[in-house]
Amino acid sequence: MILKKRRLRRDPDVASLKIALMGNPNSGKSTLFNALTGMNQQTGNYPGVTVERRTGEAVLEDESGKSAFLSFLDLPGTYSIYPKTLDEEVCYKVLCDPNDSDHPDAVLVVADSTNLRRSLFLTTQIIDLGIPCVLVLNMIDFARLRGLEIDIQKLSQLLGIPVVTTNARKKVGIDNLKKTILHELHDPAKTFLDIGNFAPSEMLKTVQDMYPGETAYGAFQLINNQTGVSHFELKPYNKAEIKKLITRHHFEKHKIQSNETIARYKAINEIVKECVSINEEEKKKSLTARVDKILTHKTWGYVFFLIILFVIFQSIFLIAKYPMNAIEFCFVKVSEVGQKVLPPGQFASLLINGILAGLSGVVVFVPQIALLFAFIAVLEDTGYMARASFLMDKLMRPLGLNGRSVIPLMSGMACAVPAIMGTRTIPNWKERLTTIMVTPLMSCSARLPVYTLLIALVIPSTHNYGYFNLQGLVLMGLYLLGFVSALGAAFVIKMLIKSKEKSYFMMEMPLYRVPKVSVIGLTICQKSFIFLRDAGKVIIAISVILWVMASHGPPSKMAAVETAYNSPDSAKKYSPQQIQSFIAAGKLKESYAGNAGRWIEPAIKPLGFDWKIGIALITSFAAREVFVGTMATLYSADGADNSLSVREKMAAAINPETGKKEYTVATGFSLMLFYAFAMQCMSTLAVVYRETRSIKWPIIQFLYMGCLAWLASFLVYNLVK
Amino acid sequence: MSTPIFTLDQLKPGESGKIVSFNDEENALKFMEMGCTPGEVVLMDSYAPLGDPLAIIVSGYKLSLRRSEAAYINIEKN
Repeated sequence: MILKKRRLRRDPDVASLKIALMGNPNSGKSTLFNALTGMNQQTGNYPGVTVERRTGEAVLEDESGKSAFLSFLDLPGTYSIYPKTLDEEVCYKVLCDPNDSDHPDAVLVVADSTNLRRSLFLTTQIIDLGIPCVLVLNMIDFARLRGLEIDIQKLSQLLGIPVVTTNARKKVGIDNLKKTILHELHDPAKTFLDIGNFAPSEMLKTVQDMYPGETAYGAFQLINNQTGVSHFELKPYNKAEIKKLITRHHFEKHKIQSNETIARYKAINEIVKECVSINEEEKKKSLTARVDKILTHKTWGYVFFLIILFVIFQSIFLIAKYPMNAIEFCFVKVSEVGQKVLPPGQFASLLINGILAGLSGVVVFVPQIALLFAFIAVLEDTGYMARASFLMDKLMRPLGLNGRSVIPLMSGMACAVPAIMGTRTIPNWKERLTTIMVTPLMSCSARLPVYTLLIALVIPSTHNYGYFNLQGLVLMGLYLLGFVSALGAAFVIKMLIKSKEKSYFMMEMPLYRVPKVSVIGLTICQKSFIFLRDAGKVIIAISVILWVMASHGPPSKMAAVETAYNSPDSAKKYSPQQIQSFIAAGKLKESYAGNAGRWIEPAIKPLGFDWKIGIALITSFAAREVFVGTMATLYSADGADNSLSVREKMAAAINPETGKKEYTVATGFSLMLFYAFAMQCMSTLAVVYRETRSIKWPIIQFLYMGCLAWLASFLVYNLVK
Repeated sequence: MSTPIFTLDQLKPGESGKIVSFNDEENALKFMEMGCTPGEVVLMDSYAPLGDPLAIIVSGYKLSLRRSEAAYINIEKN
């Protein structure tokens, strides 16, 4: 079972080590992590893909019987230990705080062999922190393709740490790396760059005395923490004392860091000059450059982008339909069997209409989620995602979004649930949050049944403007409205949310690569599993609550419904089937949901809605398309004959107060707008809760979208009326 | 001073220059981490179709950055 974390037995006699993997984004760090631990997780070559911390365990043993128990920690990709984003702050905290539970005994620095200098920057910083490390030159095959020859021995000698080469994608060099971990991880290497040349050394000494065992560079980082990092507190940390030192020594953080960086690169350049030789003959014009000519071309770039969006959207919409229908079919069959086998009563009803219905509401999303994530994984793994962001960034920026927001937003037209899970590729938290908050405004596929019903109800199909069908135009208008309101909401959120985190776009455009099937398969499994586990809990819980509300009511009134329709009088007038449906509708009316519907009637009356629509609004919370089913149940009460469709029944409905038609154009439009804006999807709220790790954001989202829906409906109803 | 100083965003695709200094201390650090150190030669690879962001080739790889970010980098045209 790939998703299960492998628990290894811990032998108390065996040495145990905590090892962190660090490296630049796109260095293949996560792939190496997989190769080392056998534990599976997502990899991609899109900067910042590793947002969460991941751990894995392995026992190493060699022929001589020497063994070690290793727990690996996969840290987010970073270019240096100076934190700029929340991701990097995680690295900073883990490395610089010896009291952090994740503080490693050793670090594997994973380097992209084609870009050694940038990787050495991070490596030498870690060396200077006094943490033992191994330099892993990954993607060594790429470097050789480019004609780069690296003198491993010399590099190891100059840095004073073990250096190994790997090709993690093909699992080459992993055994050698394991051997190195087992045998060559000893004491920290000697300091690479003396920070005392740049920072007041007396001050560093004082801090070192405060924290025994800290290197000079470590002390320097502790001082930096006082002047910049906000999200984490290093403990125990003598803030006041360090603040005093900063003033006394006129400590200028940026200046010192700049000088340090320049000096560090100077020293690194010397090393690279000695260790790397370029074989010019083998240096070819890279494929990437040629592909980029087309994919970021003025016209073809956007054409290609639109084609990709079109394919994704169509697949989520159309291909996913078949497995979704199959899943629904299975659930219908199971509940049919259940209804026959189980003794009728509360228990059967709870099982079938509550839990099973809720479960089907969860599982039915899996095909869409799997498909969308397969696409996103391919886009990331090939390197195209960075290009798409490159193309779209200018358009999205004024709205407080990022080039990377485009794919999730567009996927929201199929379903907001996978789309919101897809926002993880946005590294900036504010931009990611904005995308999460506005994506549900995009017209998702669950709104379609509601729109189709209402459009058919109030818009005549006869009006044709040339080739255009008025009903089709209204539908298109609703989709456009979703898109425009999402962008508008993003703009407003941009104004409202203040963020200390700077928006960076600076991003590596990685080399194009052929995607790995195993990586994509893994992503699909992980994402589907995460969704089933996390969102599933919430959805089933709410389904059960909704079931209780819709099937229970004040007992005396519920009993009254039964007796009213079970009278011999009505048995003469109606067929048993009709009586059954009258009872169902009557009970729904008297149920707690029905009471709630009447209770909210004053609030929705200005929108042109009655208590029946009120009930539908409440039950739609399970999923928007439930509106249609609820309406069907409610209108079966009006005694009209059962051959009529829901639409026909609704069209015939008369408002008892005005004596006119209940569903006027005004009511229809008002209702459509309400469904366009309101957050009536508990699956989405569950996912927002999961992704933001806070109850605050789903609540805000529910409220702002609710207000927007109410206002829009109110305006339209009163204007059209 | 013989060579005039430009900022990186003034380079046209195909032109290259040598990084001299930075206009912003905080961003300077980020640039240097990404391999844009003083003395380094940068080649303007392309502009995004809407003119922003830009893509440059620096220390052997392709880096994309916004025009506003590129304006922090002072260069000497080659």
